[in-house]
Amino acid sequence: MGKSLYEKVWESHAAAELSNGQTQLLIDTHLIHEVTSPQAFGMLRDLGLPVRHPKRTFATVDHIVPTDQFEQPFADPLADAMIKELDRNAKEFGVTYFDLKSGKQGIVHVVGPEQGITQPGTTIACGDSHTATHGAFGAIAFGIGTTQVRDVLASQSMAMSKLQVRRINVDGRLRPGVYAKDVILHIIAQLGAKGGIGYAYEFGGSVFDNFTMEERMTVCNMTIEGGARCGYVNPDETTFEYLKGRNYSPTGAEWDAAVERWRAVASDADCTFDDLVEIRAEDVAPSVTWGISPDQGLPITGNVPRVEDADTPAAKASIAEALEYMKLEPGSPIKGTSIDVAFVGSCTNGRLSDFREVAQYLKGHRVADSVKAIAVPGSQIVDALCRKEGINEIFTEAGFEWRGAGCSMCLAMNPDKLIGDQICASSSNRNFKGRQGSPVGRTVLMSPLMVAAAAVRGCVSDAREVFEVGEAAAV
Amino acid sequence: MALDPIKSVQGRAVPVPGSDIDTDRIIPARFMKCVTFDGLGDYLFYDARHQEDGTPKDHPLNEERYQGASVFVSGVNFGCGSSREHAPQALYRAGFRAVIAESFAEIFFGNCATLGIPCVTATSEDIATLGAAIEADPQLEVKVDVEKARVFFGDSNFTVHIPDTAQDALVSGRWDPIAELLENAEKVDVCLEKMGFASK
Ligand code: SF4
Repeated sequence: MGKSLYEKVWESHAAAELSNGQTQLLIDTHLIHEVTSPQAFGMLRDLGLPVRHPKRTFATVDHIVPTDQFEQPFADPLADAMIKELDRNAKEFGVTYFDLKSGKQGIVHVVGPEQGITQPGTTIACGDSHTATHGAFGAIAFGIGTTQVRDVLASQSMAMSKLQVRRINVDGRLRPGVYAKDVILHIIAQLGAKGGIGYAYEFGGSVFDNFTMEERMTVCNMTIEGGARCGYVNPDETTFEYLKGRNYSPTGAEWDAAVERWRAVASDADCTFDDLVEIRAEDVAPSVTWGISPDQGLPITGNVPRVEDADTPAAKASIAEALEYMKLEPGSPIKGTSIDVAFVGSCTNGRLSDFREVAQYLKGHRVADSVKAIAVPGSQIVDALCRKEGINEIFTEAGFEWRGAGCSMCLAMNPDKLIGDQICASSSNRNFKGRQGSPVGRTVLMSPLMVAAAAVRGCVSDAREVFEVGEAAAV
Repeated sequence: MALDPIKSVQGRAVPVPGSDIDTDRIIPARFMKCVTFDGLGDYLFYDARHQEDGTPKDHPLNEERYQGASVFVSGVNFGCGSSREHAPQALYRAGFRAVIAESFAEIFFGNCATLGIPCVTATSEDIATLGAAIEADPQLEVKVDVEKARVFFGDSNFTVHIPDTAQDALVSGRWDPIAELLENAEKVDVCLEKMGFASK
């Protein structure tokens, strides 16, 4: 019987059995950033250990970097100290570092693919839960804690237990104005924020076959919001096309050999999965979240739930808690909820295609006076490409601030934060309480084009109406 | 590396009910601007415990009667969201040595396991019973028996679940895998060689 990609990668990376029954798994590629690595390097120093394979670790700074100040020292001395700490660690332990001056710095999950570091059939770990993003390339990629960052630095491996695999097929044709972001918000709303615990998600079906790499990344990125530690798409011609000619991609005869290997690692046609979920593309609507967990989502045309809609006490309690925090009227339409801030960016939706798509519609529109709108490219390379195409100007002419690369308002560890109970229309991935920097700040997750629509109207809006995205536009 | 076996954890407990309590809530991102984990305990559940002006809010962790608790009791999908180890580190540094919940997010569970914090799951009924018992008597001693996979309190007890691998690692004092990982490092090198990455 055939095997899934997950099983194949697991088998080729299982280096040893550990005495507690877990597997010691080889990690081919280790990505690090300034927030979750300093303590791990500290532990290495305490143990007197080197980094075992420094060439397999790649560092960048993203979480804490200001997006409106590019020269150190930064206004925030703590941020400055953390970045200096990574400078020092990268130098001392000899790991590759895409620093602020490299022209390649950016969100770790944007940089890896962009550089061709992310490759099919490999294992990738990073002290960051959105490492699942790299699964778009048919890699088994997952987030780890800082002690595990230490383990990977010291041994290029970590202890792990095998996951089950759930195949999620999305077949059919997405309707106009429906994006990869809507697909994953829909999946999470269907399966729940903890539906994926214990699973790796394999995404497939005609929608994924036709998706670009950037769209696949958007979906894989948010598998963690559905509780699954990793998610992947089988590598195919689209994958190889994307990787060809990138900095760390193989070249010449090595390229041909690599493509052959990558093809072979895809799930076999006759493999079986532990679970199977079928979704019709036509059922996916432009989606938004209304609550404080990413599975509290609904179509833009929907109404915020009422407590009495739920049938269990626990479900009632979580609706009540979310409604109270979000200050939303039970049963009211989500459309029309006024917003204060609009944010386009993050490792979910901060890539060239995201800004391109918005720019195409934003031309000739103005951000509402009541809204502060910021656009934050996912990397310095995305920034440069946008500038080359004049995309940044379309954004600034419309009233967005165009910023430098970083995580920015996705988690607000830099100066970009919500103030008080401001509501943000956000293309990021988490709507947790306080996620965007203010303990009472509110987040409504949506696709980048929906963020632009909300920015223009000053309230949560249907991008299809605001920008006249219709059947005609789709052809 | 010789570690102490963790066969059970005993102490007073605090119930913090709720579903999908994420790691942003356990330790808000702004407190992660640090290069060591020291002092994180002070910021555990900071925004849930404080008003915007810093004055305390109603929260079990602020209640006098629960001070000194070492067993944390919560609901479904505890520790979801960000992979930040700052979350279990903050719990540990605030004195917590075990967590009982209906279910755990995976990365959080793994992070706790490597720090030697047993995370055990129980049914919502058992957790509600335990919560009520603690409410009634905050001095109640709660014992999380990792070896027997049971929780004992007063005259009552119930079964909990903990995956074999984690149970084994804790009970045998091998919850931090680093020594074993290093022993096998050459096998890992061979694997890396096969992947064609050894020199790159
Ligand atoms: S953009 Fe947001 S989710 Fe992505 S790595 Fe940065 S903080 Fe994490």
